Amino acid sequence: MKLEARNIEMTFRGPPAVRVLEPVDLDVADGEFVCLLGPSGCGKSTLMQIIAGFLTPTAGKVTIDGKPVSGPDRKRIFVFQERGVFPWLTVADNIGFGLADLDAGARAKKITELVQLVGLGGFEKAYPHELSGGMKQRVEVARALAVDPDMLFLDEPFGALDSMTRLTMRSELLRIWQAAKKTILFVTHDVDESVQLADRVVVMSARPAKIRKIVDIDIPRPRDISSKRYLELRDGILAEIGLAHAI
Amino acid sequence: MRSNERWLFPLLFGIALLLVWQLAVVGTGTKVVPGPLQVGKGIGELWNRGVLVRYTLDSLRRVAIGYAIAVAIGVPLGLWMGLSPTVFAAANPLVQIIRPISPIAWIPIAIVMWGIGESAPIFLIALAGLFPIVSSVAAQVRTVPPMFVSAARNFGLGEAAIIRRVLFPAVLPQLLASLRLALGVCWIVVVAAEMIAVDSGLGYLIIDSRNAGKRYDLVVAGMVLVGAIGLLLDVLFRLLERMPSVRWGFLTR
Repeated sequence: MKLEARNIEMTFRGPPAVRVLEPVDLDVADGEFVCLLGPSGCGKSTLMQIIAGFLTPTAGKVTIDGKPVSGPDRKRIFVFQERGVFPWLTVADNIGFGLADLDAGARAKKITELVQLVGLGGFEKAYPHELSGGMKQRVEVARALAVDPDMLFLDEPFGALDSMTRLTMRSELLRIWQAAKKTILFVTHDVDESVQLADRVVVMSARPAKIRKIVDIDIPRPRDISSKRYLELRDGILAEIGLAHAI
Repeated sequence: MRSNERWLFPLLFGIALLLVWQLAVVGTGTKVVPGPLQVGKGIGELWNRGVLVRYTLDSLRRVAIGYAIAVAIGVPLGLWMGLSPTVFAAANPLVQIIRPISPIAWIPIAIVMWGIGESAPIFLIALAGLFPIVSSVAAQVRTVPPMFVSAARNFGLGEAAIIRRVLFPAVLPQLLASLRLALGVCWIVVVAAEMIAVDSGLGYLIIDSRNAGKRYDLVVAGMVLVGAIGLLLDVLFRLLERMPSVRWGFLTR
C-alpha cells in the first residue's frame, strides 16, 4: 500500500471543542485515484490535511511508503484552489517555485516541459491576475508536478470554476494523471465529479465525518458519462448520502 | 479625462488661485501677508544667497538618515511581530500607545536626550517614521493567506526562505505604500524638528525668517519649497510601486 491511515481521529480544541473526524481507516494503492466525497464542512479536507502532514490528528497514524507522516513533504504536494498561486510571480516563476536548487538551464527546461503539459504555452510571462480561474488552476497543478512528487492532494480544485471549464479540467487532470502516474487523493462534494474521476470513491458522512462506504468505480476510461453503469453508480452514491435524484 | 485636461485643469485652477491671492493682498493693503509675487522674489533671494540649495540638502539629508533608521528598525520589527503571535501580543499594545503621540510632543525629550545638534531632529524624524511602519508591516504580514505559507512549506522551504520568498513579496505592494506614507510623515516632521537644535534646513529657514525681521515672504517661500519637495518625493516613490513584481498588488484590487 502507498498510503495507510489507521484510526485517524480529529477534535479541534475549543472552546467549544469540535469533533471533526470519527476514527477513519483508509488505504490507497500506488498510482490510484481516490476521491473523498462528502457534504461541505464535513471534515474531508481535514482528513486530507492530516494525510498531507499539515495537521496532526488527535489520535491515529498515517504511514506513506511505510514511514509515518510527520509533516509536509516535497514528495507529496497539496494543491489548493487556484488561490494558491503566488500573485507576485509570473506563470513560469510560479511553476519553477519548487525548483530553486536546479541550475538555471535545467530549471528553464523543466518549466517549458510543464507549460506544455498543462497547455499554457504563450503565457509564461503572464502574471496570475491576467489569467482565468482555470488557467491559474493549471499553474498550480504544474507547480506541483514540477518537483516530481509521487502523490498529489487536490482540495476541491475545480470548485471555483464555471461548469464548462470544470469539465475540461477534469479530463486534463485524468490525462496528466495517466501520463505522470501519480497517486491522487481528491476532495470534492460533487457526486458526478467523483464518479467521473476516481478509481474508488470514499463516501463520507456529515460532521463528525466517518466513512459510510467505499465505492469501486469499475468503468473503463475514457468514461461514458451517460452509460448505464455510470448512472447506476452515481445514483447508488446519491442514495447512500440520502439525496433524491429528482428535483 | 483626456491627458491635456489632466494638466490644463490644475494649471488654470492654480493660476486663478494665485490671482485671487495677489488681488486680496493688494486690495486689503496688508503689509504682513506676502503676495505670490513677493514670495517668488523671496525664492529668488534665497537662491542668490545660496541658502536655497544648502538648506534643502540639509533637510533632505536629515530626513534620509532618520527615515533610513525608521525603515531599518521598523520593517524587521514589523515582520517579526507579524510572524510571531507572542511578539505581537507583547509589543503591539506599546506600539499602539506610542503611535498616536505626535513627534512634536517628543521635542523636549529629544533635546534632553541629544542636546543641540544634528541628533535631535534625526531622532524625531526616525520616531515619526518608525511607529507607522511597524504597525502597518505587522498588520500586513498577518493578512498574508496562510495557504501561501503552507504551499511554501510543502515545497520544503525553511523559515528564512519563507520570509524572503513568500512573506516579503506578498506584503511588498502594501509595504511600499506604507513606506511612502511614512516618508511623507518624516518630511512633515523635518520642518518642526529643524525649528529646534539646528541652524540650517527649511524648518530653520521658516522659523528664522519670522524671528529675524518678520520676513513673511521668506516664511511662505519656505512653505512652498517644503510642499514642492514633498510632492516630488511622493512622485518618485510611486515610480517604485510601478515595478512589475510589485504592481500585481495594485492591479488585482
